[in-house]
Amino acid sequence: MLALKGRELWIGYALLALSILLVVLPFLWILMTSFKYQIDIYTGAWVFTPTLFNYADVLFGPRSDFLTNVGNSLIVAAVSTVVVLVIGTLAAYSLAKLPWAPWISKAFLGWMLLFHMIPVLTIVGPWYLLFQEIGLYATLTGLILTHITINLPMTVWLMMAFFRDIPVELEEAARVDGCRRAQAFRKVVLPLAVPGLIAAGVIAFVFSWNEFSIALNLTSRGTATVPVGIAQFAQQYEIQNGQMAAASMISTIPAMLLMLFGQRFVVQGLTLGSVK
Amino acid sequence: MAEARQIGADGRLRSTAAAAGDEAPAAARPGRGTAHDRWFRYGTLLPAVVLLLMLTVYPTVNLLMMSVSTIDFVQGGQVWNFTPARNFGRLLNDHVFAIALKNTLIFVVVTVVAEMVLGFALALLVSGAPRAKGIVRTLMILPILVPPVAIGSMWKLMYNYDFGIFNQALAVFGAMPLGWLSDPRIALASVILVDIWHWTPFVFLILFAGVEGLPKEVLEAARVDGATTWQTIRKVIIPLMMPSIAVAFLFRTIFAFKVFDEVYLLTSGGPGTATEVVSLHLYKVFFEQNNLGYGALLSLVIIVAIVTFLATARRFAPEAR
Repeated sequence: MLALKGRELWIGYALLALSILLVVLPFLWILMTSFKYQIDIYTGAWVFTPTLFNYADVLFGPRSDFLTNVGNSLIVAAVSTVVVLVIGTLAAYSLAKLPWAPWISKAFLGWMLLFHMIPVLTIVGPWYLLFQEIGLYATLTGLILTHITINLPMTVWLMMAFFRDIPVELEEAARVDGCRRAQAFRKVVLPLAVPGLIAAGVIAFVFSWNEFSIALNLTSRGTATVPVGIAQFAQQYEIQNGQMAAASMISTIPAMLLMLFGQRFVVQGLTLGSVK
Repeated sequence: MAEARQIGADGRLRSTAAAAGDEAPAAARPGRGTAHDRWFRYGTLLPAVVLLLMLTVYPTVNLLMMSVSTIDFVQGGQVWNFTPARNFGRLLNDHVFAIALKNTLIFVVVTVVAEMVLGFALALLVSGAPRAKGIVRTLMILPILVPPVAIGSMWKLMYNYDFGIFNQALAVFGAMPLGWLSDPRIALASVILVDIWHWTPFVFLILFAGVEGLPKEVLEAARVDGATTWQTIRKVIIPLMMPSIAVAFLFRTIFAFKVFDEVYLLTSGGPGTATEVVSLHLYKVFFEQNNLGYGALLSLVIIVAIVTFLATARRFAPEAR
């Protein structure tokens, strides 16, 4: 926009290089730390013999539950993402395209907005009581339900934005050809909304994978997720620095993969979801 | 999000009615499609409504009852006692909550201002440096997607007194090492620094989308009229970008207020109460002190505060939402 020229441009590039360095440096330093033996960590060595000890200990060590954590996180993130996509997409289509009285859609969206804005810990207490009562406390099912709930607002807003961009005429044409509403939705609208589904799915998966405060309070040892596992490495009496670094690095894998393959969808989702 | 715009604060009052009243509009509007279409209409919205009723509306109503009670666990069962005075008395005498509120306000103001300024500067810079767009956007998204707990654990290692990269850097300049997270005078600042690193990229992404969407003709016109870069930014770009700025501002304010994961991992509120924030206090009351009744009262106070904030923000920044 404000096209920089000459000397300004070079200062601009220098500043950009600096900000990129500032963003990336912590990751590089932790990556380095995760390959060090405890002794090299304590001496702050920059030259050292790399080792896979920390990763092996985190994943397969006798005292570690991290593989279980990874399994739990994968199950919870995958199942909650699929379910929230189905529920959220249907609701978004309903609100964007079907004739609901304004007060119903306003109440629905307003409630979700409020729920999205309050600290999730305000509601984890009642969830704790509820889940104890109905036997879902410390189960993956309970955790999946809560993750579907926290991801619902984002999914609905994103999908509504996508459905609004699909011209009504396409649907009407299908209806004239004898399609029922449900058929028109499935055969005409849904295929056109696939980019939106990918964006919403990617974001829901990442949110679920990253979610900490619910998992911290509603899981036990056998159902803990990756973030809870990392916190345990950091909270033990003898802090296992190398293992903590390795576990953090492992937990960034979904983010790294998305950055490489799906960042277009993520950027689109993040900005659409907040700006529209 | 257009519909959500007009609601904000009072939406929650009407929501229980929303589900109960599903039948009404259909009856009021005869001739809207076939029976099949009507079933489709209910069927699409119902799962979401049921989920929200079960997992958000019911728990919120439950908060009201919890807030006037003391809940004990006797042999695995819950025993509720009606003790409103005790909970309110505790609220009035809760000095830690007052400190947590103060810390949270400092945290929100400093992080949001810093992130908005840095994010805006970065957005302008990137839009002016065409070759950098792709790589900057790719790398900037990384902190946003990484688990906040991992961010906390990474910075905990970087802040380490003995071997952290910060004290190593200080040693290079011959300075004494700092207790980044253990010195009460700078612990909050250290936590704030992590948040700025973590979320400036998010502000950048939103504002960058805004900058890229500016009408080129207007900017060229300003150039032709002889406006300096600074004048163009202040008089043309900022006013045109107000919607994006308002959205980024509101989002960051709300999310900074909710901060939990990073602080829990970095300091757990310490040393003492130096970095105690609202969510952390709530967590401690609920799950460390097992005081569910008082925790519910605190939750309600926080929810009311946020509703008030949203209502006020809507009045002062109508373009925000």
